[in-house]
Amino acid sequence: MCSEYNSNDERQSGISRRDFMKYMGVGAVGVSLSGTAMAGGNNLQPPEKILEAADRVKIRLHINGREQAVLVEPRWTLLYVLRESLGMSGSKEGCGRGECGACTVLIDNQPRYACMTLAVEAEGRHITTLEGLMQGEELGPVQTAFLEEDAFQCGYCSPGQIMAVEGLLRQNPDPSLDDIRTGVSGNLCRCGAYKNIFRAAQKAARLK
Amino acid sequence: MADENNIYYTQGLPVPETPEAGEKPAFWKDTGIVGKRKPRVDAYERLSGTAVYPADLKLPNMIYGAIRRCPYPHAKVTGVDVNKARNMPGVRAIITGDSPEAGYLKWSYQDYEGPLFDPHCRFEGEVVAAVAADTRYQARDAAQAIEITYKELPSLTDYQHALESDVPQIHAKGNLVGRNNYERGDISTGLAEADVVLDQEYNTACQIHTPLEPHGCVANWDGDYLTVWESSQGVYAVQSRLAEILGLPLAKVRVIGHYMGGGFGSKLTPGKYTVLATLLAKKAARPVKMILSREETYLCVGNRPAVSMQLKAGAKKDGTITALDFSCRGPSGAYPGGGTSLVDWLIRDLYTCSNVRCTSEDVYINSGTARPFRAPGHPQGSWALEQMMDTLAEKIGMDPLEIRLKNIPAISQGRGVPYTSSGLKQCIEEGARRFGWHQAVEQARAHNDSRSHIKRGVGMGSCVWYVGGGGPPATVIIRVFRDGSINLNMGASDIGTGTKTVMAMVAAEELGVKPEVIQIEHADTATTQYATPSGGSKTVPTESPTVRNAAIDAKQQLLEMAAADLDVDLADLVYEGTHIASSKDASKRLKVTEISRLKKRGVVVGTGYRGPNPEDKSVNPFAAQFCELEVNTKTGQIKILRFLGAHDSGRVLNRLTYDNQIFGGIVMGIGFGTTEFRQLDSKQTGKLCNDNWSDYKIPTALDVPVNMESLPIEIDDPEANNTGAKGLGEPVTIPTAAAISNALYMATGVRFTQAPVTPMEVCRRLSAHKEA
Repeated sequence: MCSEYNSNDERQSGISRRDFMKYMGVGAVGVSLSGTAMAGGNNLQPPEKILEAADRVKIRLHINGREQAVLVEPRWTLLYVLRESLGMSGSKEGCGRGECGACTVLIDNQPRYACMTLAVEAEGRHITTLEGLMQGEELGPVQTAFLEEDAFQCGYCSPGQIMAVEGLLRQNPDPSLDDIRTGVSGNLCRCGAYKNIFRAAQKAARLK
Repeated sequence: MADENNIYYTQGLPVPETPEAGEKPAFWKDTGIVGKRKPRVDAYERLSGTAVYPADLKLPNMIYGAIRRCPYPHAKVTGVDVNKARNMPGVRAIITGDSPEAGYLKWSYQDYEGPLFDPHCRFEGEVVAAVAADTRYQARDAAQAIEITYKELPSLTDYQHALESDVPQIHAKGNLVGRNNYERGDISTGLAEADVVLDQEYNTACQIHTPLEPHGCVANWDGDYLTVWESSQGVYAVQSRLAEILGLPLAKVRVIGHYMGGGFGSKLTPGKYTVLATLLAKKAARPVKMILSREETYLCVGNRPAVSMQLKAGAKKDGTITALDFSCRGPSGAYPGGGTSLVDWLIRDLYTCSNVRCTSEDVYINSGTARPFRAPGHPQGSWALEQMMDTLAEKIGMDPLEIRLKNIPAISQGRGVPYTSSGLKQCIEEGARRFGWHQAVEQARAHNDSRSHIKRGVGMGSCVWYVGGGGPPATVIIRVFRDGSINLNMGASDIGTGTKTVMAMVAAEELGVKPEVIQIEHADTATTQYATPSGGSKTVPTESPTVRNAAIDAKQQLLEMAAADLDVDLADLVYEGTHIASSKDASKRLKVTEISRLKKRGVVVGTGYRGPNPEDKSVNPFAAQFCELEVNTKTGQIKILRFLGAHDSGRVLNRLTYDNQIFGGIVMGIGFGTTEFRQLDSKQTGKLCNDNWSDYKIPTALDVPVNMESLPIEIDDPEANNTGAKGLGEPVTIPTAAAISNALYMATGVRFTQAPVTPMEVCRRLSAHKEA
């Protein structure tokens, strides 16, 4: 244990960019194998060993109410792990750079871009994906509203739009039109189904 | 099996009369299902996450592909060294121009054919090597680790200078792709007859498709049998191109495209990436997923090219257009891609004019090659023509509606044949009425008399779309199972336009069953019937009559079978949906599901083919769109308040998806008119500066009006085809930008002739106007 980390209370409340670079640094990647590297930031541990780029670490992800252990490279995004490791392809990749929102998931009830979140960062958090909104085989209320209002065309942005609306409604069960427009403003729809997305969000608020 | 009376059949709705074999079906007068608002049949899959798009597919043993691309707009590859990359973790296959499996392969752009790996890279993003590795990260790492040496060449990225003598020559034959000339009447006579002659330059910027799902595929070999899951608008087009390039029989190439995340014309054909995925899969003996990065999609999978247009127009005081003299220049990019194709079509066809001359000049530049983009050429030509119409109207003291209504053409002048139907006049008149045009104009003028720096304007534009009537070939199969449920089998892709839903409704209408019991198999070259790609606004007018024909064929067979069971004359039998009954003897009545041969066979197969379009007539959709906006003259910000789209696309088949298509087209037109432009670093590196959605702005939820309205102008068109539907997907985005610019003129008194009209452009032009 390096006292530098334990002796500083401020450090324990979060992670600075400098610390982050130490962990995820150039050329080699380090994460704590014994605890969580990023989650919550309360158990920040120094690396017990330095990993090569292709080395994988075991993390536990709490997705849609189930905990799953998965081996990941520390540089893998949460989106990559969801789609390519776990086969949960409901979350889409449109840009991989935090612009389109097709990968939006809820992390602790907040809409987040899964392409901009490392899987190791998500450990210990509650992740909700599109699949998690299903009620068994039935569509959940936001999904049903999207169906009824025809709030999509190709459907590739829809998982992200739905998660953005779900996140909005969890914070604000009775959003105004402006709240809705702002709530989905981080989610691009090239087919241009926005008008129907707004209507679906309004209907979802009634259905929920 | 379920109770077919409750579940499979619609109740109380008349089933269309079944024509005798060889006879054409009667045009539907009233419909029970078609035209209603029906949520999509595949909404569940798309909204639950169970729909598997090509980017979602995960096969056993699948590995990932990545492409190394030339970073320069113009360069020659002088060396490729893969030794370092080959030994990197996870790497299983590398393909370069030196690889034996790739060396002989060709790639073509229209009539141009070159090697798949061309060491002469004529655009930033040309392929140089491809890698497959266990993870996508490893594949991208290894692709970057390939050591490549280039000889940089001087580049040309400003198309305005492409034909000058001292610029870099991109091809041995020079920088001219081709010229297209069109003339009717006599321009000088027409200009001499005019009371007013105006001459104006108009420009539009290069627009990138950027569908949400990046281009890509998964390729897998079973011995010599290739299966490709491609994010595509047409599986048969992908199959034929791959078979040709790889030298395979068509039957050995299966292309599947059940879901795809948008294309807008950029996914009509496969890309080099598709071929590379097949080569890597062969070499690695594993399935390969090759999905392009967002940045790659900006570089090399098509665009709507920029264009510079000059339009000289003459009009008489009574509004008669006497002359339209149009010329334009635009770039295909590095290879032929229809750079200026159809930019002049509206000039030729939309308004009555006896004297028309059009010249189009398509040139090469060092950038990615153009591909068809939703109504190729049309939004650009509309930007010029619709603004010119308003300017002419103003000069002769006419209302913008009036000058257009004065010049409604009696026939398609571009083709010299009549239209089967034209709702252009109704689109303008009824659209204006619904929009409250005159009132809106008055209110905006009154508002602008105040001292507010927020100015208000209303504008409109109308259009025709070049095609939109569909046509052969198409084949559809409808299978009626012994419990009365239906399987509809067609090769066409549903690119988000709602094709599957519309086809289920057409089949349901004709067969008297509920749309919900129709299961659709589609977009698979191995198991579904031949279809051309979904583009050109032709899928509905091509496939819907074909579906109807298939349903009728099935009905005719069921009637024949029932005639044998009931021992009555076939001509006396009527297909009623749940039952088949004699029109003469009420006791002769039989449930469809009790037909003995249907029960015995298990399934009856009806086949439909798309018949020919009418000879010597043109089938085209028409539209008029109306816009109201505000512009902040201090910040240049444009706020679009409302839009109305009045569209004549023949019969509306599904009102829900019809409206959605109109709203979506308007949104894309708002992008074309106000936010989107590809920025090449023409003066220095020639590289693309905005290869992402942060720097290349498409409309977001905050940029579009909530108040958008669709007004269908339905005109019976039995000549077009047996459902009377015309195309919709493209006309919806043609006049949008021009309507915005016309509204901006009313708001500011300034003509914005350069698209897109960004806030910066507004400020620049307004301050220039103030100084003048």
